[in-house]
Amino acid sequence: MGILRVVNLGVEVGERKILKNVNLYIKSGETFVLFGPNGSGKSTLLNAIIGNPTYRVVSGRIMFKKIDVTNLPTNERTKLGIGIAFQNPPKISGVKLIDVLRFCARIGGYTEEKILELAEKMNMVNHLYREINVGFSGGEVKRSELLQLMLMNPDLILLDEPDSGVDLENVALIGEAINELLERDKNAESREKSGIIITHQGHILDYVDADYAAILYNGRIACIGEPEDILNQIRNHGYEGCMARCLRNMNENSG
Amino acid sequence: MSEEYERELGVDTEKLKEVGIELDKSKRSGTFLLEDQETKTFASFFEGVEVMSIRDAMKKYDWVKNYFWKLLDRNQDEYTREADTEDVNGYFIRALPGAKVEIPVEACLYLKKAEKQKVHNIVVAEENSELNIISGCTSHPGVTGMHIGLSEFFVKKDAKLSFTMIHSWEPTIEVRPRTAIHIDEGGSFISNYILLNPVKLVQTYPTAYLEKDARVVFNSVIVALEGSTIDSGSRAVLRGENSSAEIVSRAISKGGKVIARGHIIGDAPEVKGHLECKGLMLSENGLIHAIPELEAKYPNVELSHEAAIGKIAEEEIFYLMSRGLSKDEATSAIVRGFMEIEIKGLPDPLKEAIDRTIEMAEKDLL
Repeated sequence: MGILRVVNLGVEVGERKILKNVNLYIKSGETFVLFGPNGSGKSTLLNAIIGNPTYRVVSGRIMFKKIDVTNLPTNERTKLGIGIAFQNPPKISGVKLIDVLRFCARIGGYTEEKILELAEKMNMVNHLYREINVGFSGGEVKRSELLQLMLMNPDLILLDEPDSGVDLENVALIGEAINELLERDKNAESREKSGIIITHQGHILDYVDADYAAILYNGRIACIGEPEDILNQIRNHGYEGCMARCLRNMNENSG
Repeated sequence: MSEEYERELGVDTEKLKEVGIELDKSKRSGTFLLEDQETKTFASFFEGVEVMSIRDAMKKYDWVKNYFWKLLDRNQDEYTREADTEDVNGYFIRALPGAKVEIPVEACLYLKKAEKQKVHNIVVAEENSELNIISGCTSHPGVTGMHIGLSEFFVKKDAKLSFTMIHSWEPTIEVRPRTAIHIDEGGSFISNYILLNPVKLVQTYPTAYLEKDARVVFNSVIVALEGSTIDSGSRAVLRGENSSAEIVSRAISKGGKVIARGHIIGDAPEVKGHLECKGLMLSENGLIHAIPELEAKYPNVELSHEAAIGKIAEEEIFYLMSRGLSKDEATSAIVRGFMEIEIKGLPDPLKEAIDRTIEMAEKDLL
């Protein structure tokens, strides 16, 4: 069953058109990795799915659980079960991590006890009473974002560069958390959580085994395949080389 | 306090609670209540602290008069001259040498019907003592008038004094506090000033004079609603070596006018001072004018300031909405966070009083 369907999506930021005609279909239980060079629109896609007002949908629509969410405010999408971990979340002075975790737990239906248990797990107990993201290291920001997601317990999880600016020690912990969020530890048939992972360098794929991957290039999604294959091709041939090869393959297959 | 006692005093206790006045023995170590010029009640529940009216204190101790007008100049302006009168009243609060009074003393100045309430307070924290005071100033609904409040604080050697003042007036009241603080060697003074309700005008600029190794912290949280003009500042004169000052202010304008001043004077070597002034504009009209001033008279001083005024960042609202909050809830959480000043060393009952005041004022801001 499909959980997310993005149809002919066009998105603008300011006067700039970032995405044109993006189509995407994700089934329940599937994890999808999205590669792409800087500025290709990966973050734009996730922001459009969660409803960031800075990212204006100018064409197409976003269907989540068969509901058209294209014009819903962000918090309504959250309530339907979309959750996002941001690459660079804002610092908010005076608002503590614990406050935000309580908001998240409201969505997930969790108690204060669960907040503490998960904070412990994500090694964030000492940060609970600190202002959110203020003075957090790269790894702490990512752990905090994943902790928030765990408490929201979303069905579709959007992860924007969960491994950027993170040291190796933290990548393992973050990988483990993502596997749990996406139920990668369960067998494929019983998984219900779906995800889109954006990764620039692919470090996280050493820990997270995704179902398939694609490249976002020139505002469009192309080159769908095995995550490892695509990553190897990008590493060996660059984005352009990789695109050229898969376009060639597509032509051969169709010819 | 019993209901009977409440009736006897004839005060609106809900109104008092708004400004942190509990009239509850178990929560305070002393209490003082002034209605217009008349002392309604006073008591000390702790042997290390004295609480009485300034009139009684003058009778009890010959030396109190030496503190009167010691820091303030009676000719400073028309308001100090006006308060220099026979019928002036106010509180006298004193922590005895070495006394540690953690539970706060409360002092309430209530403007009931007077056209002008004229108050002169003296607070003394004797050597090595610790004292916490909550002062709530409020007025009877519908009353029109002026409050002139003179306060002189004496923090003796190695003493610690915290003074939390919550104001809740009426849109028809003009408020002119005149405050000076002397902090002796090694002493510390923390001031918290909270003003969140409508008022016609507040004009205040307390000044602290610091000796060697002394420390002062001024925190203020100010909200100016439509029709309010609030000109509020804090000044520290660092005249002893190694003394330090920290001035933190948060100003919100929702249609009203705030002038947020701060002034640190480095008048001795090896002193440190930091001034932080943040403003949040919540509506199209209104005004916030931040005036931070630093003055150094010696080369080896360390003085700095930061000032920033803006509106709520859309990015922050969106972030909290992605955690399930509606736009209004997100805005409220951010405004609340903006008003939150981390106050170290403040007893819990005072933190609670501040939190409660902020919570009650929130509805006016959204």
